[in-house]
Amino acid sequence: MPWELDSDRPIYTQLMEQIELKVCAGLYPPGGRLPPVRELAREAAVNPNTMQRALAGLEESGLLYTRRTSGRFVTENQDMIRAVKSRLVREHTRDFLNKMGRLGFTHPEILEAVSSLMEENKNE
Amino acid sequence: MNNAILKCENLTKKFGPVTAVDGVTLSIPRGRIVGLLGPNASGKTTLLKLCNRLLTPTAGQVSIAGHAPGVETKKLVSYLPEKHYLNEWMRAADLIEFFGDFYPDFNRERAYRMLEKLALNPRDRLKTMSRGTKEKIQLSLVMSREAPLYLLDEPIGGVDPAARDYILNIILENYNPRSTILLSTHLIADIERILDHIIFIREGRVVLNKTVDEIRAESGQSVDSLFREVFKC
Repeated sequence: MPWELDSDRPIYTQLMEQIELKVCAGLYPPGGRLPPVRELAREAAVNPNTMQRALAGLEESGLLYTRRTSGRFVTENQDMIRAVKSRLVREHTRDFLNKMGRLGFTHPEILEAVSSLMEENKNE
Repeated sequence: MNNAILKCENLTKKFGPVTAVDGVTLSIPRGRIVGLLGPNASGKTTLLKLCNRLLTPTAGQVSIAGHAPGVETKKLVSYLPEKHYLNEWMRAADLIEFFGDFYPDFNRERAYRMLEKLALNPRDRLKTMSRGTKEKIQLSLVMSREAPLYLLDEPIGGVDPAARDYILNIILENYNPRSTILLSTHLIADIERILDHIIFIREGRVVLNKTVDEIRAESGQSVDSLFREVFKC
């Protein structure tokens, strides 16, 4: 999963979102250890201080924690990961609905489009 | 105590009737990557030269870790000038030995590793290389020092986009949290992700001094588009 960053929003908030995504996708499994800051910064091609700030933000929210001397880990608390997942689903769905709204679709039309697309994908 | 690695106080440089640097006051802490951004002829190179004592100020002062620029500060500052100054007849390996002899903080191993990544033969002479390759070698040499302050004048100026990524990678890989990198450029979009701090200068004056995320949060745009707005011709 590559790091995708927009150019018009603060970098550290975007890094927080991307790490949340990676945790939800199981790329960084619950209880698993994160790569060191330097490595993450290099991977995302961002300033190490910015990456550090994003990680500190996620620690504050409880998704990550630091074990002194042995590094930074993903929480083992499944409820918390589920909570992040459902928040992400809501956010992405809201974005999608807003976009469709701007295109002039009504909710029943959107629902129909979604279910017919799901049907198509099922047949594939 | 004072944590600033580089300080300028009311720094001014005039060339006859032209004021290239005009009352610049700055304080740059350790452990940052700072972009010195401005259009052509805004005073970026003059400012960096003043920090290296290649020029002497008309008024005001510069200090590096508390020292005025001079013999002492050459040990602290790893400088990439805008010009090529390496001897054309030398081989890449000669240059590494040459830098190693000059600077006690030069890491030969790191330099050879970088050459390897560039797929360069250390036996090749500089004169057989393209301009972009020479630029990469020069930057590799400068970044192979373990200095508290790097002053890089247009490190990504003359290279292609792939090489630009390589150079940004060099900067990130060799960055140590106690060191500060101050680099000048006008190619902002490529580089803003790796910067902590941005300094905009125009006609020798500092017009903006903020972090990248402050700029994005306050203006809702990238540093690159803010730059285009501020310096619109």
